[in-house]
Amino acid sequence: MSAMTDQEQQLITWLADMNEDDALALAKRMLLEEGVNPLRVLELCRMGMDIVGKRFEQGEYFLPELVLAGEMLENIGAIAKPLIKQAPGEEPKKLARVLIGTVHGDLHDIGKNIVTFMLDINGFEVKDIGVDVPINTFIDEINGFKPDVVGLSGFLTLAFDSMKETIEAIHGAGLRDQIKIMIGGGQIDETVRSYTGADAFGTNAVDAVSLCKTWAGVTA
Amino acid sequence: MTESQSYVQSPEAKAAHDARWQRVMDCVALKQPDRMPVGFQPFFWLAKYGGINNRQLMYDYEKTKEIAERAVLEFEPDVFSPMILQVAAGKALEAIGFKQLEWPGHGVGDNQPYQYLDREYMKAEEYDEFIFDPTGFYLTKYLPRVASAFEGIEQMPYFPGLYYFRLIAGITPMANPRIRQTFDKIFAAAEEADRFNAHHADFTNRMKAHGFPSGYLSTGLAPYDFVADYFRGATGMMKDLYRHKDKLLQLLDKCVVFLLRHTLASAAFWGNPIIFIPIHWAPDAFMSQKQFETFWWPSFRKYLMGLIDAGLIPMPLWEADCTKRLEAIRDVPPGKCIYWFERTDMVKAFEVLGDVVALRGNLSPSLLTTGSPDQVDAAVRHLAENVFHKGGKLILDGAFGIPDETPVENVRAMFAAARKYGG
Repeated sequence: MSAMTDQEQQLITWLADMNEDDALALAKRMLLEEGVNPLRVLELCRMGMDIVGKRFEQGEYFLPELVLAGEMLENIGAIAKPLIKQAPGEEPKKLARVLIGTVHGDLHDIGKNIVTFMLDINGFEVKDIGVDVPINTFIDEINGFKPDVVGLSGFLTLAFDSMKETIEAIHGAGLRDQIKIMIGGGQIDETVRSYTGADAFGTNAVDAVSLCKTWAGVTA
Repeated sequence: MTESQSYVQSPEAKAAHDARWQRVMDCVALKQPDRMPVGFQPFFWLAKYGGINNRQLMYDYEKTKEIAERAVLEFEPDVFSPMILQVAAGKALEAIGFKQLEWPGHGVGDNQPYQYLDREYMKAEEYDEFIFDPTGFYLTKYLPRVASAFEGIEQMPYFPGLYYFRLIAGITPMANPRIRQTFDKIFAAAEEADRFNAHHADFTNRMKAHGFPSGYLSTGLAPYDFVADYFRGATGMMKDLYRHKDKLLQLLDKCVVFLLRHTLASAAFWGNPIIFIPIHWAPDAFMSQKQFETFWWPSFRKYLMGLIDAGLIPMPLWEADCTKRLEAIRDVPPGKCIYWFERTDMVKAFEVLGDVVALRGNLSPSLLTTGSPDQVDAAVRHLAENVFHKGGKLILDGAFGIPDETPVENVRAMFAAARKYGG
């Protein structure tokens, strides 16, 4: 990492502290007036998000902070990305690929979106395939995206059967051995994990990150 | 409301009815009842029990009442939920053109439950408008957004500020045929809603005649949940905690007033003191303790106290895990509320709250849906031994009632075990 200027440190701090107005104004100034390399600004955002993620894991931050952080990142990205002129350099290597979606019959997405965000800022390549995802779509996406981990999300009790059916179909398609499957949602517990045949379960985004890190062979 | 049939309650049925109700009232008053009461709150589980699909359950008033009656007579709960109101809403939803739900035949399959669509039904920049004039905001913005029967109502005149001859000129928008059409749709929706309510009342009266009291007939809402769920949407609300903090707090304060008015009027109409309040945004994982104590709890406590002062019995259902909130929510007068917990450990809840509130719950949905009758029996026994027989005023129930997918034999096991261990 190159040496950090006071201004750069300030941006990271404001992002991490949820000081949205100042962070956005500073990022805008750096990008549009001072001609700071947009890739550098995005890197600083990433560092700010790292702190947000850690504070979430430590129980200092909760959902509102993750949502606001995601939005700050999106807003700065919208200004920075069109300014990127040089060919993108080597992207940092992702820890693993995670395919995530809410199982069929269930339209809930808040938990899934938070997990997607947390995995993303923790260095995973995440593909979110939405809500009410048919079993066959999961199979097609596993074949196409080749994930290391599949995350099945669901809030309603009907999701127990949808998860079980999806996992059985993944097994039937001969894909089960290549992937780890985690399930998550408000009603999920060990009983449901055992019922569905998933490898693990979680009830929050920290669990999801920790499971994926363990499976990717990085210290959680 | 449309007149419902009258039913005769025999003296035996009256005695049974009163004994059941007393069990719950003893719990509320923190007195030991003669045995552990059991509640019964099914939703689409009734379709499974009655062998029909969810769509039929939502649309066929008579069939739904018949199935619900059969279930109450089989399980003999001490209190049951207003199940007709909770499931047989298909025709009323259709008549009002309800946009915030997808239900069987309207967005989801015939055998799925209805699901709420979390959206931004009020924009962040509309706080001032809502706070300044809630009724005006409903008429011009909110109602047409959430129900198609109201589309067109926004063309009505804006009444505040009309005076003298302006009153005559001011009402000319009412000559617009579009407004007449809108009102026709609203009248038709109201008539369907009236039929729906009449079926609900009919079912309640029929059960009373059999000796079974309704556990509650009115629902309420935490001001924060009201704004988060039905106006700002989940993510909008979370951002507001930072971006529109002061306006949000101002609106929450105002909501206490009109939510209380609604709940008090409903309770007076139906004549049942218990107010069921599903709690959505209080769980430990959703916000910090500081945010909870700043944004969530103060307006809800005001609302609770408003209900208690009116002689009502609030029954919040604390969804998900609210362990970290137990100390804060202890701050209510003793012997006035029922706290229903979903995922919070009931033994822990009893330790912290046992001398302040009655408790309700909380067999886990995963156990009820995927476990065996023996496992259900063991879970009931655990709650009876570790809460009820240790002095906890527990009304046994599922974590949020009976999950839709629960095998019937597990419900039988739940009620049998409650009688076996709760005596």
